[in-house]
Amino acid sequence: MASSEEDGTVEEKENNNKKRTKSALVTAWLTFYNIAMTAGWLVLAITMMRFYIQRGTHKGLYRSIARTLKFFQTFALVEVGHCAIGIVKTSVIVNGVQVCSRIFMVWFVTNSIRQIQNEESVILFLVVWTVMEISRYSYYTFSLLHHLPYFIKWARYNFFIVLYPLGVAGELLTIYAALPFVRRSGMYSMRLPNKYNVSFDYYYCLIIVMLSYIPLFPQLYLHMLRQRRRVLHGEVIVEKDE
Amino acid sequence: MDALALEATGSKRASTAGLTAPLPSQASTKRKPAKKAKKAVVFFEVEILDAKTKDKLCFLDKVEPNATIGEIKSMFHKSHPQWYPARQSIRLDPKGKSLKDEDVLQHLPVGTTATFYFRDLGAQISWVTVFLTEYTGPLVIYLMFYFRVPFIYASKYDFTTSKHWVVHLACMCHSFHYVKRLLETLFVHRFSHGTMPLRNIFKNCTYYWGFAAWMAYYINHPLYTPPIYGEQQIRLALIIFLFCQIGNFSIHIALRNLRPPGSKTRKIPYPTKNPFTWIFLLVSCPNYTYELGSWLGFTLMTQCLPVAFFTLVGFVQMTVWAKGKHRSYLKEFRDYPPLRSPILPFIL
Repeated sequence: MASSEEDGTVEEKENNNKKRTKSALVTAWLTFYNIAMTAGWLVLAITMMRFYIQRGTHKGLYRSIARTLKFFQTFALVEVGHCAIGIVKTSVIVNGVQVCSRIFMVWFVTNSIRQIQNEESVILFLVVWTVMEISRYSYYTFSLLHHLPYFIKWARYNFFIVLYPLGVAGELLTIYAALPFVRRSGMYSMRLPNKYNVSFDYYYCLIIVMLSYIPLFPQLYLHMLRQRRRVLHGEVIVEKDE
Repeated sequence: MDALALEATGSKRASTAGLTAPLPSQASTKRKPAKKAKKAVVFFEVEILDAKTKDKLCFLDKVEPNATIGEIKSMFHKSHPQWYPARQSIRLDPKGKSLKDEDVLQHLPVGTTATFYFRDLGAQISWVTVFLTEYTGPLVIYLMFYFRVPFIYASKYDFTTSKHWVVHLACMCHSFHYVKRLLETLFVHRFSHGTMPLRNIFKNCTYYWGFAAWMAYYINHPLYTPPIYGEQQIRLALIIFLFCQIGNFSIHIALRNLRPPGSKTRKIPYPTKNPFTWIFLLVSCPNYTYELGSWLGFTLMTQCLPVAFFTLVGFVQMTVWAKGKHRSYLKEFRDYPPLRSPILPFIL
């Protein structure tokens, strides 16, 4: 998962100056990016809370935040670029799968299938995503600024234990609720005969997406658990005094 | 997948070193009893540790100085029968590169007590087995769709044949392609590695068999739409396909002739009298170039999006292999022709 940086550094010793300015620029960009994303998801969280407090219902909540959500979730594609270039030490595949699944949910499920926008499961995964992203981006921000409060680290590496499964439940329930509407409308589907000699049934595609959670979710969850053990490991040992 | 693919992924081989080694050492061991009786150190001792846990796995004493890594692997296998030589990776450094079977013990930078690190490569399977399995699948699967075996299409179409002659032609081309591959695996290719990890067979078969089924489903479908430009398009496609099949075969033969039977030598391939090999002037891996051409021809012939997709994915993979091979050629041969590109002349 970590990019192999050992090989490159030997040759770059002579370009030390160049490297320092480059990494200062990179740090500046990453800090800006993470602050912006933290702010964006905070705005989403506050808007959602205000809506619910004022209206007392979750109906129409999705519509009110739809544009902001789409903007900030889509912008997260930039992170895949970060991993690919190597300025962030996460595997492109791990990050890519997460971002793609989010973008799929936002653009191809909730955005296009209006009838399910008021489902409770949508609110469930929106809340989960908001809490997760705020803790994740603020963790990155504070790490980059070298002033990481322990509670943020704690939040980032502990919230997911409950929130991941809840989020998955929200997403799966939403897709499941969308199935009958997809079947009826035949959206995004292509039938034979056609000149490209191909067919595509969005209904079955969604079913396959739901099934793909079975192999993918445990892997991501275990990955996070391993990360958690690695990052919080030090503290645990000191406290337990073994 | 091609014989050359493993060249791109495998470690570099300085084969000539292994070949010249035995002679002087044998000479010295012959001299040894007469002169060097004073020097007590004649045999080597070999210690094999686990690369991860550093546990001592095996201790071999009285190892000939001219013993090869391959022989040491056999000796190690005797004490640990579950680790046959093909799945052993022996290295000088726990995180270093694997030593080759041909490397000679006394020419390695080790003292008379050599310490090696062992890594288990996992269950291995021979390249020939993998190739045969992964190529037989598409052959059989496509034919099942062609003959419209029950449970694929609506039951009124069972065992019927398509009314479009291009579908028959496509079946012939596809089958010919895979029969050619099977025969090449059996009689033409000279593999430099014997085995690959077992899990690869599942990965590779899923790829080949999956795509074959996906393509065959649409081409042999009762509602198949033949190419827009009809006869002209099909004829052009067939010419491209056949041209590239012959080209691909010529390259395989040329590469086979570079390497004497049973050896693992590496040489720069050059154009031969066969015009199809003249592409070596411009490309390092023309077998991939011709393969791409064949599938482009097939895509044009069938006008089927899944085929186009398969061609694209194959092209991406072959480009990765070609670039790797090109890079290792450049590293190994100082006089490598500069005009050559990895897979597409002047472009890629």
